[in-house]
Amino acid sequence: MAFDVENIRRAFPILNQEINGKALVYLDNGATTQKPDVVVQSLVDYYHKTNSNVHRGAHRLSQLATEQYEGARSYIASYINAAQAREVIFTRGTSESVNLVANSFDGFVDAGDQVLITTLEHHSNIVPWQQLCERTGASLQVVALDENGDLDLQDLQAKLSEKTKLLALAHISNVLGSINPIKQIVGMAHARDIPVFVDGAQAIAHTHVDVQDMDCDFYAFSGHKTYGPMGIGVLYGKEDWLNKLPPYQFGGEMIAHVSFEKTSFTTLPYKFEAGTPNVSGALGLEAAIRFIEEIGMEPIIAHEDNLLEYATDQLEKIEGLQVVGKAAHKTAVLSFVVEGIHASDIGTLLDQMGVAIRTGNHCAQPLIDKLGYHGVVRATIGLYNTKSEMDVMAEAVNKAVNMLR
Amino acid sequence: MTIAEKQQEVINEFSMFDDWMDKYAYLIELGKDLPVIDDQYRTEQQLISGCQSRVWLHAAYHDGSIKLTADSDAVITKGIVSLLIRVLSGHSPQEILSADFDFLETIGLKDHLSPTRANGLVSMVKQIQLYARAFHLKSMQ
Ligand SMILES: Cc1ncc(COP(=O)(O)O)c(C=O)c1O
Repeated sequence: MAFDVENIRRAFPILNQEINGKALVYLDNGATTQKPDVVVQSLVDYYHKTNSNVHRGAHRLSQLATEQYEGARSYIASYINAAQAREVIFTRGTSESVNLVANSFDGFVDAGDQVLITTLEHHSNIVPWQQLCERTGASLQVVALDENGDLDLQDLQAKLSEKTKLLALAHISNVLGSINPIKQIVGMAHARDIPVFVDGAQAIAHTHVDVQDMDCDFYAFSGHKTYGPMGIGVLYGKEDWLNKLPPYQFGGEMIAHVSFEKTSFTTLPYKFEAGTPNVSGALGLEAAIRFIEEIGMEPIIAHEDNLLEYATDQLEKIEGLQVVGKAAHKTAVLSFVVEGIHASDIGTLLDQMGVAIRTGNHCAQPLIDKLGYHGVVRATIGLYNTKSEMDVMAEAVNKAVNMLR
Repeated sequence: MTIAEKQQEVINEFSMFDDWMDKYAYLIELGKDLPVIDDQYRTEQQLISGCQSRVWLHAAYHDGSIKLTADSDAVITKGIVSLLIRVLSGHSPQEILSADFDFLETIGLKDHLSPTRANGLVSMVKQIQLYARAFHLKSMQ
C-alpha cells in the first residue's frame, strides 16, 4: 500500500480543527503525538466489553482482560524483537522506566564509581541517575557533543572505564534530532562489560527498534509519543538484568508470598508491576503499534525525512535563522533560533497562526546551556504531517520574524 | 488619571483591533518602545522567576509613589510588562494594592497567552504587589 498521508489524517479527527481561526498545524509531536481512531476505539472496547482486574479474578472477564493484557505484552515484545515477552515491563512512560532502573541500581554502584550519560539527555534521563549517584557516592560523567550535535565517540571511549557502572543515553535527541549509533556504542560499552540503558522516547515512533540487534541492556519508551495513550510506557530489560535488579515498588500482583515476617516476590515481569496495571493503556499501545506496522516503518521514515529536509530548506531561507542540530543522522526534530529574537515570541505568534510548536529548553536544560541559548523553537514531525503544513509553518515563522524584528 | 481610568484607556485601545495578530503587533510596538531599564537593575536579583523569557523588574519609591521600570529579552513580554507599568507606575503603594487586574482579562490577554506566558504574567503582577506591600510597610514606619 502506498503511503497516503491524506488517508492517514482521516484517522486523526483532532487534526481537523481550527485554532485561533486558522487550520491547526500540529508540530509538537515530540511532546506528544495524536491518537488514531483505532487507539481510541481500543480503549472504548476495553471499557465497554472487557474491563476487569487482571491476574486475580476467578471469572470469565478477568480471564479475558488478562489474556488481552498479556497479549499486548507479547505483541510489543515481538515488535521490538525482545527475546522474551517477560522482558517487557509496563510502566507509566519513559520517565518511570528510567526511575525504575535507577532506583533498583544502588546495589550495583559503590562510592567512587561512575555513571555515564551524554550532553544531549532529557532531564528524565539525567536526574534519576544523578540521584543514584548522590545516594551511592558515585559520580556522574557526561559525554561531550561535537558542534553538529553528534556524540563525540572518542570522548565516550575515553570515559568508559573500570569505574563506569552504567551508560545511559538517548536513542534520538529530543532537541537536536540526532540519531545516536546505539549498536556501535553498545559494542564499545560491552567491550568493558558496562551495561547500556537506552532512552527511546523520541525513537519508537520514528525508526526501527530492535533491542537484540542493538544489544542494549535496557530500552525505555512512552506510549503517548508513539500514537498511543498517555500513562503507559515500556521498560525493556534483558532477562538476566531484570532478574538481578530488586523490585522497585511493592504490593499487589508482584508478590509471591506474604507473611508479616517476610515477603517473597514473584517472577518477571510481575516483579516490577506492583498494583493494578494500566490495562487499557497497554491495549491502546498495542493498537498504536499495530497502526504503525500497518503503514510500515520504512514509508514513515521516508515521509518524515522528506518533510524534515523540505522544512529545513524552507526555514534556512529566513535571514538570521539558524537550525540547531546538524547531525549526520537526524530525524523528525527541527529546532532553530533566530538572531535577536526570543524563541517564546516566535512561539506565541505561531500559535496565533494555528501552528503548534514548542519553545524553551525542552527539558534538556544542560544541553541548551551548553549550546549557549536561552531557549530554542522546536517543530517536531509526525507521520500525519504534510508538505503543505511545512509551507504554512515556514511562512508563519517568516511572518513572525518580520513582525518581531 | 487613576489606575482604573488608565486600565479603561488600555481596554479602549485594544478594542480597536479585531484581529489578535494586530493586537500582538501593537504589543510588540509597545515592547520596542519601552524605555530601557538602568543596567544596574538588570541583575539576577531583579529577575522574576516563573517566566520562560527573562524579565527584570525594578521598583523605586519616591515621594509617596512607586516608579516601575522593566526589561525582558522577549519583546512580547516587554509589551505586556509595559502595559502593567503604564497602568501602575506613578501610583502609591495603597492604590496599587487595591487595584484589580481585570483589564488583562477584558482585553483577552490572559486567554491568548500560552500557559508559560500566563504564569509569567501572574508572577509579574505578584512581584509588583510585593514591592507595593514592602513600600507600604516602610512608609508606615
Ligand atoms: C528523550 C526523552 N526522554 C524522556 C522523555 C520523558 O518522557 P515521558 O514524559 O513520557 O516520561 C521525553 C519526553 O519529552 C524525551 O523526549
